[in-house]
Amino acid sequence: MNFPVIRGTAYVLVHAPDILLGHGTTITMERLKNPDSEYLKALPGHLRSFQEAVGYLPNQVYIGNAHPRQLAEHPSPWYQHPVEAKTQGKYGQILGQAEFYGLMKIADSFNLVELSAEFAASIKDRMPAANLSPKHLAQLDKTRDLSEIIDMVGSHQADGLYLNGQLVGCVREAHDTDPNLSAHVVFENLVCKASGVLALVNLLERFQIDPKEIDYIIETSEEAIGDMNQRGGGNLAKAIGEIANCVNASGADIRGFCAGPAHGILNAAALVQAGIFKNVVVLAGGSSAKLGMNSRDHVNKQMPALEDMIGGYAVLISENDGVNPVIRTDIVGKHKIGSGSSPQAVIQAIVADPLERNGLKITDVDIFAPELQNPEITVPAGAGDVPLANYKMIGAMAVKRGELDKSELAQFTSTRGMTGFAPTQGHIPSGVPLLGMIRDELLEGRIKRAMVIGKGSLFLGRMTDLFDGISLILEPNQGLVRETGLDLEEIKEHIRLALAEAIEKAADILARR
Amino acid sequence: MDMANQARIKETAEKYGTDKVVVILGGAEAESAGLTAETVIAGDPTYAGPLTNVALGLAVYHIFELKDLIDPQVYDEQISMMEMVLDVEEIINEMNNIRSQYQEG
Repeated sequence: MNFPVIRGTAYVLVHAPDILLGHGTTITMERLKNPDSEYLKALPGHLRSFQEAVGYLPNQVYIGNAHPRQLAEHPSPWYQHPVEAKTQGKYGQILGQAEFYGLMKIADSFNLVELSAEFAASIKDRMPAANLSPKHLAQLDKTRDLSEIIDMVGSHQADGLYLNGQLVGCVREAHDTDPNLSAHVVFENLVCKASGVLALVNLLERFQIDPKEIDYIIETSEEAIGDMNQRGGGNLAKAIGEIANCVNASGADIRGFCAGPAHGILNAAALVQAGIFKNVVVLAGGSSAKLGMNSRDHVNKQMPALEDMIGGYAVLISENDGVNPVIRTDIVGKHKIGSGSSPQAVIQAIVADPLERNGLKITDVDIFAPELQNPEITVPAGAGDVPLANYKMIGAMAVKRGELDKSELAQFTSTRGMTGFAPTQGHIPSGVPLLGMIRDELLEGRIKRAMVIGKGSLFLGRMTDLFDGISLILEPNQGLVRETGLDLEEIKEHIRLALAEAIEKAADILARR
Repeated sequence: MDMANQARIKETAEKYGTDKVVVILGGAEAESAGLTAETVIAGDPTYAGPLTNVALGLAVYHIFELKDLIDPQVYDEQISMMEMVLDVEEIINEMNNIRSQYQEG
């Protein structure tokens, strides 16, 4: 069987401290309830500079400048032990807030983002211009007087774009009464769109892929795009592809909370393997609402508010090229509606069952990529080390199944697992951040098999209490497979033989009469 | 303990009587299990939810403490994996601490 391949991956981060203060829900809720709280007063003092955010090892791992294994060996807390602050990495880049506002303007198709003339001029030469057409860059020439921007923000018709607390632009409301087109919601959606564009542009540029090659885009964030009559109607996929000049692509959005990316990759793999499309991009931008989600605990524990990064990723799934690692579409794990939601039932359904169906053991998988949240963010907030908990559960399942000795559990988690490094942006940490590293290790022959796991907490939307999860197996490419198994001459020979057999039978029947 | 769960516990205890309700926890960490136990016995220690200053004094156990009461097959299917993953002893110690601190004091 010709399995689809992972042709390329890209990972991007945006440092967004002012967006954290204005749009992080932990902060906006506190401002409503306790506007004079000590936490709100202290928070600005806990924000990181761009240099500090770039030199933070987990962020360098995310864009591919360091291996995830380096985290366990690096002195902690990581935020007190910076590494070289490189904005460009093997897999992507880290963008500053000012350039990101420029990208939001470029990503805005309805003239809702307004930038002051001085600010627009200051960023124009610094834009990540690759794969963005001159037409798009010309968007930055359309500016507003700062006094008009001040008026719009003052009259609550717009949400401000701030840089170090100074107003430099705004996002206007798209409707005066529709809550789904309020300035706040349009702002959130544009943040997601623009960071998705950044991920896609990085993917196309780094793997030298002509945007015209892309047939279809699947967007997997957690934002709801639409007005009050179709909240969540979509289609961010096409909106993002448009800005990146993917003129031959269509697309659609897939939602599944944190499991969205895994569902997206599964669907992309199916489209490619079915021969419907040759090149499908699965991507997502990040979330402004989740910025500073645990910042109250970070402030209380006298640490920086580490959730100041907007994340994004893009993965290209293509038809078998005989080279790139394959997605084994015949070994897919899924949490069924009837699976049950105890952790044990979830691991059984997502991890153990698909392997068992294919005669494999848990120990036949070299690397697992479950949720990869940075523990330095979650542990101080009382949420534990999420990836480590996942690895312990997978290891314990292997022990229960007699595939691993209990004494080997600790070793299992350190050799088949990775320390978490992804920003706590919901869908961003869920399995996909390790795809770039896994692709490299499979290409270089360092590992034989990896499992990517996406899990989702569906209760958050209050429509079901069910859990969710999807797993996929990645393996090295075994070369192109000839699908029919026969060429034309061989087929003709088969027909000749079948005809001869039929004539012989007919003659036999006639003779017996 | 989140606000919605506090409200549900309060409502259930008021409806059926505090002597007829047992709370069974499944928390993964000793500290959070302890905080939850404290909340349903002595009230919300964070002074944020419906159980603030409401001492229900409910009976409360972690599921690991009830192993002997559970069908071994069901326990094996549902909980045995987590028994390997979590620090059972620490959780049970914390539950005992909280109960002795508030219930029998």
